[in-house]
Amino acid sequence: MSAFRQSVEAMIPALRRYARALARDMDAADDLVQDTLVRALRSERLFLGGDLRSWLYTILTNLNKNRRRSLARRPLLMPLQDDNPDASGTEAEGRDIARALATLVEEQRAVLLLVVLEGMSYREVADIQGVPIGTVMSRLARARAHVRAVIEGERPALRRVK
Amino acid sequence: MTDPTIPVTEDELHAYVDNELPVERRSDVERWLAANPAEAERVESWRSMAEALHARYDSVTNEPVPPRLELDRLDRRPRRWIIGAAAASLVAFAAGGTIGWLAHGAALSPSPLQILTGEALDAHRLYVVDVRHPVEVPGEEKTHLQQWLTRRCGRTVQAPELETTGLKLVGGRLLPGPTGPASFLMYESPSGERFTVYATKAGIEAAQMRYTTQGSTAALSWTERGVSYVVSGGSDQTRLTQVARLVYDQSERTGG
Repeated sequence: MSAFRQSVEAMIPALRRYARALARDMDAADDLVQDTLVRALRSERLFLGGDLRSWLYTILTNLNKNRRRSLARRPLLMPLQDDNPDASGTEAEGRDIARALATLVEEQRAVLLLVVLEGMSYREVADIQGVPIGTVMSRLARARAHVRAVIEGERPALRRVK
Repeated sequence: MTDPTIPVTEDELHAYVDNELPVERRSDVERWLAANPAEAERVESWRSMAEALHARYDSVTNEPVPPRLELDRLDRRPRRWIIGAAAASLVAFAAGGTIGWLAHGAALSPSPLQILTGEALDAHRLYVVDVRHPVEVPGEEKTHLQQWLTRRCGRTVQAPELETTGLKLVGGRLLPGPTGPASFLMYESPSGERFTVYATKAGIEAAQMRYTTQGSTAALSWTERGVSYVVSGGSDQTRLTQVARLVYDQSERTGG
């Protein structure tokens, strides 16, 4: 296995974590990771060094953005695989944070997850999203304010799960 | 050097929590937070938010990576057992989780296969209702049809034999596909039930078999050895799977 493939493979668990939080549904999340990996493998020759981790996160973030944009007119394809229930913790806190994430707009959710869950720097997130750092910071601030409000129930109207 | 009397900004508070604040400013922020308990409480809530996120999602990194994300597998064509899995999933689908499946489908990313399936279903609906001109080249001229489609599509096109399921080749036509020319073959049973097989070169080597339904039509689609196939028919899933299995087995043998 090439060094490139080894590096990509080492990133799979973290990409799955990010995708799971981004897409909520386990199969949809793994679909995102699968598409990311296929795209990365296909573009191996286009990748001329640089930060592989940022590159993979960029592909995944863009795929998620595109998928949301084009949901309307595409046929719905269903995977021919068993739909395993999410095996991880079901404590109330986990449910709360997942529910709060779901109420965030796409860009804000991505920023919050990239910074807080994946430990990316503001600079890296700005590159991934293709926006200035200032935009990253305002998205982050709004995301934190919104999640806090939802969790603390300050704005009950937003507690509705999508 | 920074002036501790300069009020701490919102950006600085976030940067403080995320360890992006210049070290020399940290103590200023800490002093300021000590004097502003409401702000300190807000910053604390961001920290608990981070803990909650890690508590909820870090376990994902310890899960075994599912086989479909193994890199070697992503390069390979779909395996035979997928058809079996197809049948099993269709039973599960018929058995009831419709809402779950739909909700699930809505979250999927639009793959090349998905775009292609949409095209194939459109073609299927357009031509199966046509009684007099459903195809350009009739099934009686099968050899000519195969040669023509092979030349135009730039790959070996062989019309699968579906007689064992009672389907006879009506004929075929050439269609524009999202990534190049597509071959479109139509089959018919004595009772007038029609199935179509749409195939075109794909940008990827392989993709697993997927099922989709739109109104009274349904399709099974997959990609293997760089060719995407969409078998469309009525909403009888067992029947569709039976037909798709024959197409799959023969394309695997002939490479068509």
